Amino acid sequence: MLKTLTLTTALGLGLMVSTGAQAAGAETYVEDFDFSFEGMFGRYDTMQLQRGMQVYTEVCASCHGLEYVTFRSLAEDGGIGWTDDNVRDYIEFNGIELFDNTLDDGFGDFRPAELTDTFPGSQAEGAPDLSLMAKARAGFHGPEGTGLNQLFYGMGGPEYIASLMTGYAEEPECALEGEPMDGYYNTAFGAGGFPESCIDENGKHKVPGSWIGMPPPLDDGWIEYADGSPNDLDALSADVAAFLMWTAEPGLNARKQAGLTGVIFLSILAVLLYLTNKRLWAPIKKGRDE
Amino acid sequence: MAGIPHDHYEPSTGGEKWLHKRLPVVGLMYDTLMIPTPKNLNWMWIWGIVLVFTLVLQIATGVILAMHYVADTELAFSRIEHIMRNVNGGAMIRYVHMNGASLFFVAVYAHIFRALYYGSYKSPREVTWIIGILMFVLMMGTAFMGYVLPWGQMSFHGTAVITGLFGAIPFVGEAIQTWLLGAGAVGQPALNRFFALHYMLPFVLLGLTIVHVWAFHTTGNNNPTGVEVRRTSKEEAERDTLPFWPYFVIKDLLALVVILIVFTAIVGFMPNYLGHPDNYIPATAAATPAHIVPEWYFLPFYAILRAFDDSVWIVILTNWLTFGIIDGKFFGVLAMFGAIAVMALAPWLDTSSVRSGRYRPMFKWWFWLLVVDFIILMWVGARPAEGIYPVISLIGATYWFAYFLVILPLLGVIEKPLTPPATIEEDFAAHYPKSTGGSSSAPAAAPAE
Repeated sequence: MLKTLTLTTALGLGLMVSTGAQAAGAETYVEDFDFSFEGMFGRYDTMQLQRGMQVYTEVCASCHGLEYVTFRSLAEDGGIGWTDDNVRDYIEFNGIELFDNTLDDGFGDFRPAELTDTFPGSQAEGAPDLSLMAKARAGFHGPEGTGLNQLFYGMGGPEYIASLMTGYAEEPECALEGEPMDGYYNTAFGAGGFPESCIDENGKHKVPGSWIGMPPPLDDGWIEYADGSPNDLDALSADVAAFLMWTAEPGLNARKQAGLTGVIFLSILAVLLYLTNKRLWAPIKKGRDE
Repeated sequence: MAGIPHDHYEPSTGGEKWLHKRLPVVGLMYDTLMIPTPKNLNWMWIWGIVLVFTLVLQIATGVILAMHYVADTELAFSRIEHIMRNVNGGAMIRYVHMNGASLFFVAVYAHIFRALYYGSYKSPREVTWIIGILMFVLMMGTAFMGYVLPWGQMSFHGTAVITGLFGAIPFVGEAIQTWLLGAGAVGQPALNRFFALHYMLPFVLLGLTIVHVWAFHTTGNNNPTGVEVRRTSKEEAERDTLPFWPYFVIKDLLALVVILIVFTAIVGFMPNYLGHPDNYIPATAAATPAHIVPEWYFLPFYAILRAFDDSVWIVILTNWLTFGIIDGKFFGVLAMFGAIAVMALAPWLDTSSVRSGRYRPMFKWWFWLLVVDFIILMWVGARPAEGIYPVISLIGATYWFAYFLVILPLLGVIEKPLTPPATIEEDFAAHYPKSTGGSSSAPAAAPAE
């Protein structure tokens, strides 16, 4: 703990050379996917969220969890669009159980999940919880630390997730020169290991991304959608990214609606105040004597 | 209560007279609301109201958030998610509170730079200014402690960095840091006390707001000309001023609503734009974010902190002169606090006989350079400390100090200021020529001055 403290203090005080160099060199490739929930009028696409949820259930959930998401939220407005019964069926079909330490005279026992429970947490070692992933990652940066890209394209959380799914690639040639790397080469992942042989003399990375521990979770046609929606890698990735945006921000539809209502209401108020102010000051500005 | 002669409250009905004899609260409200205000105030004089509004907004939303928050390192992060997901209107209240901090600092920086340009800090308003700087420091402390409460990665590691600044103080630093944190490292005691202080300090700010307003109601507002309101007679004072209600209340409300349109758009459409994604990762000592970046409003001072490392000649010299007591780290800390301290000293560092920058041809250039400098420092504060960036930080930090310690004192001596108008009335009349009036019922007499 104390070591971390000293270390972070040192970092903050301007000795960020090593970390800074790594971060500056670690370019990643994040594609600007088009999502239905972008922009002022953007809203979640209910069907896409349902497809993304299927991807999550069939693939992600075997390792990852959603510990902040309640089952009942699946039946709330502005989201998946299910009813309570749909949710109960989902729990039963997938056999989702959790450990309840009030059962069995305090020894605890497993019981089926209820609507008020949250999804199970991550099952695999090192697999992060996905509830907030779409807000905890930024896909877009810069340019040059001005924040303009985030302003125009958004923070890029869901784009990052989708790009991570599609970002698995053949190991670049420079990586074959040195020690073999653990994990899988991914062009969107910036926080993993990176071979020395792929760093040029200026400390710049020759290839984008880094090596990630997670094997490629999706590929073309790995999931069959009941309604026959496209299920190539791009579509599956976008669907699961949209679903994870919803888990991170279930109130997005309501928030954007509130923002729009607020802006319209305040704009009308501003016009009225402008006219009031103009009228109020008019005699003064004409130079009326007291 | 003000030094400007004006009408005071006269209780008329029996009930009013009864109350006025016992508690003259209506009179106090009347005098505050009807305070004679220079009629030539421009749109940069609206930030005070915006700041008062924001303080109330932050207290109101903050009290509601506190009803649902738990300051426990095991629970804090999930309690924020509880607020965002399960509390009615919780996501909106939290986003308003989060972005309210940014609104607060946008307004306070505009307010401060307005005061710097128009010489509002100069005699006789030094006390208003000093209290203002004190409030600014308290605001920064409050905002910092608020940022710790969600107990995300930036909260945790940011706390380590900022409390580590106190650890840089020679001899007693480590003891002070431990005392601040209540432990040897960032943990439960720190979170608990930061929550307590984050709840308490806004009320101190509210108290200081009253003193701040009281002080400038005593001296009277400054105004774009820097010329004082005439006080020799009530008639003359009335030609320079208008009562705060309704003229400036409506004007300020208009400005406030326009600002709130932008604020609402940010809260509604991009509430996380001004935050950092890492703070949606629960705090852990096991992993450190690649970049520990403070919130945008701390960046200029953070840049000044980082500008002075052991390779700068003045640091090397200071280190040698103090027998190694002041090293690069401590020098940086002194520079950061010094950057605020020199602002507080501005009333005595500015030697010019003319108050408003409008009539100071050389000052204008240096002032706008300071504004640019501030923006550059803000930008460079978020960049990694490598390559060209430390050099930019150092130049920026140097100019910040030079402006207050060298340029302000020298300008007063070498600059030849223009002559400000004799009265506020004259300035106002020059902006609004009377001939343009459509309903010229009585051609108002041109001011004789």
